[in-house]
Amino acid sequence: MSDVKTDAPADAAPEPPKKTTLSITVDGRAHEAQPGQLVIDACEDAGTYVPRFCYHHRMNPVGMCRQCLVEVEGPRGPMMVVSCMTPVAEGQVVRTETPGVKRAQEGVLEMLLANHPLDCPVCDKGGECPLQDQAFSHGPGESRYVEEKRHYEKPIPISDLVLLDRERCILCDRCTRFADEVAGDKLIHFISRGNATQVNTFPDEPFASYFSGNTVQICPVGALTATPYRFKARPWDLTQVESTCTTCAVGCRIVVQGSRDQLLRYQGVDSDPVNWGWLCDRGRFNFEAVNSDQRLGTPLVREQGELRPTGWSEALARAAQLIREAVDAGGPGSVAVLGGARGTNEDAFAWARLAHDVIGTPHVSAQLGDGMPVGLLALNRATIDEAASASTIVLLGPDLKEELPVLYLRLRDAAEKRRSRILEFTPKPGGMTRYAWKSIGYEPGTQVGAVHAALANDEIAQQLGAGNVVIVAGRANLAETSAAQVAALGELLAAVPGAKVLPALRRGNVVGAVQLGMRPGKDGMDSRAALAAAADGTVECLILVGSDPLSDVPDADLARRAMAGARRIIAVDALPSPSTALADVVLAAAAFAEKSGTTTNLEGRVTTVGQKVTARHTARPDWMIAAQLAAALGTDLGLESEADVLAAMAELNDSYAEISAAALAAAPDGVLAHVPTTLDPINPPTVAVPDRNSYDFRLVVSRKLYDAAVGTAHSPSLAHLAGGATIHIHPADLDRVGAADGDSVKVTSKRASGVFQATSDTTVLRGTAWVPFNQPGGTVGELIDATAPVTDIRIENL
Amino acid sequence: MARLTDANVVVAKEIIARFPRPKSALIPLLHLAQEQDGFLANDAMAHVAELVGVTAAEVYGTATFYEMFKFERVGRYCLNVCTGISCHLMGAWELLEHAEELLGVKAGSTTEDLLFTIEGVECIAACTEAPAVSVNHRYRYRVTPEDMDRLIDDLRHDRLGGEFPAHGVLARVRQRTPDNWAGTGAAAQQAVDAR
Repeated sequence: MSDVKTDAPADAAPEPPKKTTLSITVDGRAHEAQPGQLVIDACEDAGTYVPRFCYHHRMNPVGMCRQCLVEVEGPRGPMMVVSCMTPVAEGQVVRTETPGVKRAQEGVLEMLLANHPLDCPVCDKGGECPLQDQAFSHGPGESRYVEEKRHYEKPIPISDLVLLDRERCILCDRCTRFADEVAGDKLIHFISRGNATQVNTFPDEPFASYFSGNTVQICPVGALTATPYRFKARPWDLTQVESTCTTCAVGCRIVVQGSRDQLLRYQGVDSDPVNWGWLCDRGRFNFEAVNSDQRLGTPLVREQGELRPTGWSEALARAAQLIREAVDAGGPGSVAVLGGARGTNEDAFAWARLAHDVIGTPHVSAQLGDGMPVGLLALNRATIDEAASASTIVLLGPDLKEELPVLYLRLRDAAEKRRSRILEFTPKPGGMTRYAWKSIGYEPGTQVGAVHAALANDEIAQQLGAGNVVIVAGRANLAETSAAQVAALGELLAAVPGAKVLPALRRGNVVGAVQLGMRPGKDGMDSRAALAAAADGTVECLILVGSDPLSDVPDADLARRAMAGARRIIAVDALPSPSTALADVVLAAAAFAEKSGTTTNLEGRVTTVGQKVTARHTARPDWMIAAQLAAALGTDLGLESEADVLAAMAELNDSYAEISAAALAAAPDGVLAHVPTTLDPINPPTVAVPDRNSYDFRLVVSRKLYDAAVGTAHSPSLAHLAGGATIHIHPADLDRVGAADGDSVKVTSKRASGVFQATSDTTVLRGTAWVPFNQPGGTVGELIDATAPVTDIRIENL
Repeated sequence: MARLTDANVVVAKEIIARFPRPKSALIPLLHLAQEQDGFLANDAMAHVAELVGVTAAEVYGTATFYEMFKFERVGRYCLNVCTGISCHLMGAWELLEHAEELLGVKAGSTTEDLLFTIEGVECIAACTEAPAVSVNHRYRYRVTPEDMDRLIDDLRHDRLGGEFPAHGVLARVRQRTPDNWAGTGAAAQQAVDAR
């Protein structure tokens, strides 16, 4: 076989190493370019910036703006080529600064500016505008155009978040290409022709993409502006700090920009292993919640039934007293600590120390009954890059478009560019379904059988047997326990032993929190058991670290009984929630961008989080609250600064042994933490799922990107985007119920019943019904019993 | 106006089935929609988008590229006066002004009785017969102001019979499917979907 290496005969001359680069000349300088590279990129590598508007290295070149003209030596002498459409070739001679090139580039700029309104003084882009900058660096300096410019109504909203000024647009095709190639939401398009060409939506069909904010960031002029930032600041007044978005667990790199101690904007940073510069709109615009006037700025203590503001010493003393009372009454096990996944690694580490080492309780959980067993994180972990280059990506988890949007973009790209085939198992077809090679719908509880049947299929078995396999695993349905999902994952791992797993857990730093100890200790209860224990009084004291069981726990009744049953509740939070309203002590926490530190994304990548603004009033970081509470309980954790915490983390936690400020400074894309060795991998349970009565529907509950979550609800630009909790049923099933789209129906589970508006939805599988979780005005949690393997419901027309 | 009628959906599916990819049937389907309503209604474009599996914005973007697709109600007769160079030299602008006076509306607009839309258009490729005029893409050559008077009067009183069908009817361009394909639209669509 030709690809088997054999020892070369001793007398043969050694072959010269094969050259893998192409030798080109840029402005007289020799340069080695990568095969397949475009001239515009090769020039940039060689130290020459070629002006451009339409070219964006994360999207296909189109040669739309013609600004990047350069001269390339050809058989008939030098000729002008568009450098973003010309690949490099061996021996190519490129000139970017000849009089001919200069004349051409000036001519293009004069043309692009002919219809541009030059309203830079009132334009948000002014100061960071590629058109403005390149008009200065590569433009002619004056225009011969004296005629009337084009006029359009301006600006027009193309979505709730994005405004379009068509006069400023230079028709570079960046936003429309983004919508098509990157987001897959082709809702904006070039309309009309010639001089009348404009970017626009279909009449009355807005650019309602979860990724619309990216078009504002990549617009090379001021044509697209985002409503939350419009007229808020000038670029030269902004200061910025690099950070990592912790809205979900993808961990997109961002810069946090602000002015006068107020957050104004997040921009995506192109991190090759993670987000490629993209952000979802929820992550991009939820900085408004940090600025919210509802923020908790001072600690609160309950007195005569009312929460009143107080100082930290009193609040900490009260909190310590509540913990001591609980420990005295029922031992350390009568305290449970829930949360920690919304903060930094430092926060999670300090709280884990406090919970396990100072209070001594094993009942600690970063997830709130909506996640997966922590053993998921002990499996052979894949990175996002490994997932996006695997031959097969198996999706056995949530709708990534709704829960981990930028991971959706990366995996969608893998499928679209035909690097990977996606094999999806889902109880409700979602955002990824149209890109899937095979999408296997299953009724909740039957996923083990679905996986089993799929593995028996020759085509699928062959696909899984060829090349690497990455399983993206998480919780697809909140109206069932995680047992069947874990069993299905176990089944897959047994069949494909080499498969790596990318945990699809949602909360920003959930992986960091679990790895750093915010997980049940020996004989510790998970959150569901801890809440049940609180409900029956065995757990006396609930400590909520940035968690809101009343909104986050799928089983609403359990959460309510737990909050009522716990005699002492300490809440650490940055914004008021239904749960903080019931707390005895509320400790005001610093929010995102009010503290620095590190965070861990779902692949285990540790990146920095930066502080841009001072914390609201006397709010302080969670880790500091943990250290002070430990002190109030008589233990010095020895954590006096964030650097102390980072050092202690590296010292005490093997996964984080290589994490240090220096290591992070040297690697802006982050450092991968080791997969914990101290965790026991998941243990696939045997699940007994009852058969569904043919009159019943099996309930699927999952999250949408926009919901009533505290960060979204307190961001005015996003809050109204949450769609509401209607029950989605297949039209044929809706007929069977005797209801029509929009009718109110009565939905009854074993637990409770409620009235929902019915929505006819062909994506919902027959025999199932889907309701989005935690929507404004929604009550679907009332139907869910956290201990039941599945939730069957009866639907009646009212 | 409206989505495609059930009868037109059958035709549409037959047209789609003739192409390797449904998207390729976009322009023929837009002609079908324009034939139905006389212009491209938003609902019809959205319906075409559903039928060929693209977004409505893509349909709109494609349709607006072509001058012959109309997006607002136009008259039964779309009267185009060529203002290309030959016609211009032979008095096209005077002819256009004459037509404007005759109909009482400016070029680019429609008479109140929805009978006429009048437009000045670029070269319609009849330079040897200048000045040329087209009505719903049917030509009249070497048109004098008197000819224009007569043409408009004849059209108004429906004296020209079937020569000028209502705007949008594309007797010569309409895609025809073989007779033995009739009624096989659904099956054909399934075959397409399966691809």
